[in-house]
Amino acid sequence: MSTGFSLFVILGTLGTLVVITALLLLNRKVTNPGQTTGHEFDGIEEYDNPLPAWWFWGFLLSIAFALGYLIYYPGLGNFKGLSGWTSAGQLAQQQAEAEERYGPVFAQYREIPVHELATIPAAMRMGQRLFANNCAQCHGSAGTGAPGFPNLTDNEWQWGNSAEQIAQTLNNGRQAVMPAWSGVVNAIGIRNLTEYVMQLSGREAVSDQAQAGQQEYNRLCAACHGADGSGQPMLGAPDLTNNIWLYGGSREQITDVLRHGRNGQMPGFAGRLDENRLHILNAYVQSLSTQ
Amino acid sequence: MNELIEKNLGLLIALTIVAVSFGGAVEIIPLMSQRIVQEPVEGLVPYAPIVLEGRDIYIREGCNTCHSQKIRPLRAEVERYGHYSVSGEQVYDHPHLWGSKRTGPDLARVGGLYSDDWHYAHLLDPRSVVPGSNMPSYPWLFSTQLKLDVTPRKLRALQRIGVPYSEEDIADAAQGLEGVTEAQALVAYLQQLGTLITERR
Repeated sequence: MSTGFSLFVILGTLGTLVVITALLLLNRKVTNPGQTTGHEFDGIEEYDNPLPAWWFWGFLLSIAFALGYLIYYPGLGNFKGLSGWTSAGQLAQQQAEAEERYGPVFAQYREIPVHELATIPAAMRMGQRLFANNCAQCHGSAGTGAPGFPNLTDNEWQWGNSAEQIAQTLNNGRQAVMPAWSGVVNAIGIRNLTEYVMQLSGREAVSDQAQAGQQEYNRLCAACHGADGSGQPMLGAPDLTNNIWLYGGSREQITDVLRHGRNGQMPGFAGRLDENRLHILNAYVQSLSTQ
Repeated sequence: MNELIEKNLGLLIALTIVAVSFGGAVEIIPLMSQRIVQEPVEGLVPYAPIVLEGRDIYIREGCNTCHSQKIRPLRAEVERYGHYSVSGEQVYDHPHLWGSKRTGPDLARVGGLYSDDWHYAHLLDPRSVVPGSNMPSYPWLFSTQLKLDVTPRKLRALQRIGVPYSEEDIADAAQGLEGVTEAQALVAYLQQLGTLITERR
């Protein structure tokens, strides 16, 4: 704040205090005790009585409090106050205290490998809370997912389930890229592909359409989903043979995915949570699928 | 003196206003000149047209009545939502959308927290992804397209009150937005909220 504005604040604040104190003291003495003030409104008159003592002293006390407050806390322009208090400073202090108290609770598990950590109940209770705060909005409070948001309790892992792969998913997020094929493949081609995908997952399919679809599959889909449809975690291409469907497994739903593609996205948490918490989360996510 | 003031209504009103305006004057007037509320944080640019349209939908639907956009510097809040809000993030906000009530969570740093797909599912039917939610559904956002004839004028209005849009920005405001739904614009707005400042916790 510039010196001029600082002075404006100081003079405005202290000036107000001086003026109201003066008004209070000047009005303390009554001129005609026991008499009326001379006003009369509709037959109602007012006695010229002094201010009640409790009110007068209460007022003076609050002015004294205000002065004390303005000396101790920042309030007068650029004057920082004797305490040096700032809201950001108070926050930093509280965070440091919290880190000192809770930091070791999270840090104690840092060196324990993920698969081992997944068997420690205390750590997993912490993991459950971290999961509820950060992951449950998409994956559900029990980790069972929702259409478009993977179920973490089954054994299908779109991006792999090694500790490193899950760490990568948690830290940097994932961006799935299933292209939309409606501009490349005609309606008959999409129909044939749908039948072949139905057949891959071991369900009833129109066999001659599925056969035609297999050729399209080998040309367009096998590069990511594999020739046998078993998927490719490195690319986030799901296994098509296990009858687990992120976007639904009905004919209509499969056709819709083929036509319009899907771009599922997992946000990265490296900028939000520290390594110790992510490590516990990693183990918790592991523990979900082994239940 | 007492009598003079009490018997002149106009004078009484004028002096009352003077008396009560001291507190406001010392708090508000110096703030207008302070760099902290005028200087954008690093990386802040005026809202892109689609984001600005999304922001107007946010205002139209009254999102700010249930969602604040102001993380206070308190540990519990920073723990939940991220770094506290700073005024430099909001220098292009006219008006700001701090809100005053949290029926739903604060959204000041919701950008990037969820995927676009999550936002679409959530706006269409909040309970499909958050079972206990009491947020209303907004299905009409998906079937309504942006009204682009007013977009350049919105940018112009903001330019007049100091948001640094160039003439080119205004001329091209509606470009590429044909057919964009209100839901897409709203999600574009949500996804950039608070993304300039991050903090690990």
